[in-house]
Amino acid sequence: MPTQELVIPAPREIVTEPRRSDKIFRGVVTGGGLSSLAILGLIAIFLGYRGFEVLRQEGIGFITHSDWSISTDDAGNVLDSHFGLAAMLVGTILCSLIAVVIAVPISVFSALFLNFYAPGWLKKILITIIDMMAAFPSILFGIWGFLVLMPSVEYWAKLLHRYLGFIPFFDMQVPVYTRSPFVAGVVLSIMIIPIITSVSREIFSQAPLDRIQAAYALGATRWAMIKAVVIPHGRSGVIGGAMLGLGRAMGETVAVFTVLNIVFQVNWQMLLGAGGNVASLIILKFGDASPYEIKALMAAGLILFLLTLIVNAIANVIVKTTGKSGR
Amino acid sequence: MTTSHESENQEMQTSVKPSSLADVANAKAPKVPGTAALGTGLETRGVHAWFGKHHALSNISLDFAAGTVTALIGPSGCGKSTFIRTINRMHEFIPGAAMAGEVLLDGKDVYAPGTDVTKIRLQIGMVFQKPNPFPSMTIGENVLSGLKLAQLKVENKDDLLEECLERAGLWNEVKDRLGAHGGSLSGGQQQRLCIARSLAVRPQVLLMDEPCSALDPGSTLRIEDTIRHLSDTMTIIIVTHNMQQAARVSDYTAFFLSDGGPGQMIEVAPTSEIFSRPQDSRTESYVTGRFG
Repeated sequence: MPTQELVIPAPREIVTEPRRSDKIFRGVVTGGGLSSLAILGLIAIFLGYRGFEVLRQEGIGFITHSDWSISTDDAGNVLDSHFGLAAMLVGTILCSLIAVVIAVPISVFSALFLNFYAPGWLKKILITIIDMMAAFPSILFGIWGFLVLMPSVEYWAKLLHRYLGFIPFFDMQVPVYTRSPFVAGVVLSIMIIPIITSVSREIFSQAPLDRIQAAYALGATRWAMIKAVVIPHGRSGVIGGAMLGLGRAMGETVAVFTVLNIVFQVNWQMLLGAGGNVASLIILKFGDASPYEIKALMAAGLILFLLTLIVNAIANVIVKTTGKSGR
Repeated sequence: MTTSHESENQEMQTSVKPSSLADVANAKAPKVPGTAALGTGLETRGVHAWFGKHHALSNISLDFAAGTVTALIGPSGCGKSTFIRTINRMHEFIPGAAMAGEVLLDGKDVYAPGTDVTKIRLQIGMVFQKPNPFPSMTIGENVLSGLKLAQLKVENKDDLLEECLERAGLWNEVKDRLGAHGGSLSGGQQQRLCIARSLAVRPQVLLMDEPCSALDPGSTLRIEDTIRHLSDTMTIIIVTHNMQQAARVSDYTAFFLSDGGPGQMIEVAPTSEIFSRPQDSRTESYVTGRFG
């Protein structure tokens, strides 16, 4: 048999010509998908453009100094100004971390309860209530925090100070317990519980039934099954939900403004009544700000915007690195 | 490798002569029931099962002598899987599921009030149709997962790990990569891993719900090998749609059928008899391939 050399051809170019309806639909969804990017970009450009002058003036001091003063002459010309966000940034991070630390365990437990323990009728009622909580106006949370939570939190704050005071976070020298980042964090935690709960509930409910059955068939109790199957499966989703909540907590304005004393002094002591966050600073100063100060507020907005982006990026990395196991 | 070649040859012979199921069943060494020192076995008395208002299973009374393999055969939807899920109380996980009758393990009703369900499921293990190892755990952790789930203590975990994988016929393939994730194995290996996992908690009874239906013929034969070895130390109940499998591995065969109503058990007998001289004409039609 004569051996014939096999000629290996070049790979063909494969072309698909989509139908017109598909092209139109592709255009519509592309537009929808890119619009959020465009909106986000435009906001960043707007904030950067308006805040540029102040950012150039203050340099790195804008995020490392804690100072917010402006003096003008009678004609409205700026004589002297110092803008620094350090205290507000610390306040933003502190309050939202407190909120997440309180909210995540509560949310995870309620999601587990809703999925695996609650009887059907109770589950329906609770889900409706939690979803309603998410739509609740934040000013009402703020007022509730101010009127109801603040008086009782003083007691808890004193307890924390007495028994955990050796940890710097819980330490304090001045006995001013009200209007502290702790109170703001508790209010924020209540505001972000619904979103973390519903994200967790969703991911827990997708835990694969065959593995759940495998765990039960091996003599697992319900809790052992949850630890072995549901939590590994849902871990990345819970982290994602927590990051959504963190984002909301960092950007929250009115509720924090209502309960927190805005003081330009870096304060890591969560029980001490001093602090503030970037968003509440903006709402505090915006009403009677001079044109130049408004530029400073826009710059502050840009910094908050970037902080949120960074947190979300970190969240993405965490979700990607922990997401693989358990699926 | 040699054993798997031999069994592949066996497979070829049986597939050449499909009518010789009775010969296949007879070819096995006859098993004397109750020789294994494993309690007095399992018994069901008048078991019925419902899903909501749907009556799925009617009046199943079966004896499973300790150390025997019983195959449950019958067309889809006749209640075989439902039946074995009533035995280890997995049936009740389905909302609206109900049952009647008694399931006696060593003479004690597993549905008696005050029974610890998790203990029942430790005594009556289960292997599912689709291999379901825990993907977040390594191969080793998967095998020992039952101990952790049921909070059991064991003296020497390494010995137990090796023993279980050995008995499931998987040790040689995975001994060098016990730290790899369970999902990295092939389907047949995953199913043997699931068998090893069930063995680690030392069940008296092992329920297998079509354990080979998702596997290739080679893996199927290896699992059948495993089943034959395991039956020295435990009682096995296997649901299968593959009648050759029933003929190859089981000592007894029960035929289930639903005539539109709830599933019923038509006939139970030593496997060789079911395939050579079934008492009921419906059994005969089914095992000879006239329906189902």
